[in-house]
Amino acid sequence: MSLKVQVVSAEREVWTGDATMVVARTLEGEIGILTGHAPTLAVLAAGEVKVEAPGGGVTAQVDGGFLSVEHDTVLVVAERATVGERASS
Amino acid sequence: MAGQLREYRSRIRSTRNMQKIFRAMELIATSRITKARQAVAASSPYARALTRAVSAVATYTDAEHPLLTERPNPSRAAVLVVTSDRGMAGAYSSSAIKEGERLMATLRERGVEPVLYVLGRKGVTYYRFRRRAIEAEWVGSSEAPTYELADEVGETLVEAFQKTGAEGGVDEIHVVSTRFLSMVTQEPQALRLLPLEVVEGVEAPPSNEVLPLYDFEPDAERVLDALLPRYVSARIYNLLLQAAASEHAARQRAMKSAGDNADDLIKNFTRLANQARQAEITQEITEIVSGADALTSAR
Repeated sequence: MSLKVQVVSAEREVWTGDATMVVARTLEGEIGILTGHAPTLAVLAAGEVKVEAPGGGVTAQVDGGFLSVEHDTVLVVAERATVGERASS
Repeated sequence: MAGQLREYRSRIRSTRNMQKIFRAMELIATSRITKARQAVAASSPYARALTRAVSAVATYTDAEHPLLTERPNPSRAAVLVVTSDRGMAGAYSSSAIKEGERLMATLRERGVEPVLYVLGRKGVTYYRFRRRAIEAEWVGSSEAPTYELADEVGETLVEAFQKTGAEGGVDEIHVVSTRFLSMVTQEPQALRLLPLEVVEGVEAPPSNEVLPLYDFEPDAERVLDALLPRYVSARIYNLLLQAAASEHAARQRAMKSAGDNADDLIKNFTRLANQARQAEITQEITEIVSGADALTSAR
């Protein structure tokens, strides 16, 4: 089982793929999402969203926006979002 | 006689040059339609995600939000008219302006004073010339609108909406833009942006789908607070992209008919030029023959 992650900015879909865990910073603090997470809508703070995948994973820079989780699908939605590759750790 | 022929030839030449320009503009417009439609497609995941999230909040909470509530006695309404920056797009801008005028007339009938917001140089010149007050205007990027522009427009409108009537605020926000239905049909339409009706979104989630019961973080009200202005901007962005696609389609069609018309003109002028040339030759022959005749009879 893995999470389906989609990072979406206003102008296009930035990144999509499978991940084992997503870590993001919301207005209230950090939130980590694994499979089987309850449906959630959270407002993000500007900063990084880490997407952990078996083969490394990526980090997305967002300027706010929100995050929605349902049925193991994670949507990271921000007006401006960029994604950088990250070496596996 | 010879002068006439020369005139026809120069007109053929200039028409041919114009035709080249029309052709080039048609090709440019065609390639830009594709790009504009791709931009619409690329922005749709964002719009869909936002619509879904907003309807989820609206369905599962009874959160009251100023952007969602209808004002009891509207007195002023903002009207955003989306036109093009350049002409040569047939009736594109003028039909959007006409639709805008119709909307403003109905608003006045209801006793609501329209406040103008204009996008695109054509609309700005139209209202300037008629000395109508423009609250705010944006020019220079009707052909390839960016999200930044849409966001700026959205922020301005939401700000005006949140002010009270006495501070120069508005109670309703309407947008007049052109919808891209297909390559051949684009339709000017007026729609009310605020107060918001979330259900009639650009891409409303299918009704048979049940939205999951979300946990909201920090809470439903603040999620809605964060989402709604973005939703407005996303709606405006979508409208602008569709308007841009429509503009290119209208320009392509206008340029195609201009090119066809130039073709007809060239054909006509060529016939006239040929006729003039023939007439010239005939006259020369007549002159020579009659001259020779005169010589033989004089001998």
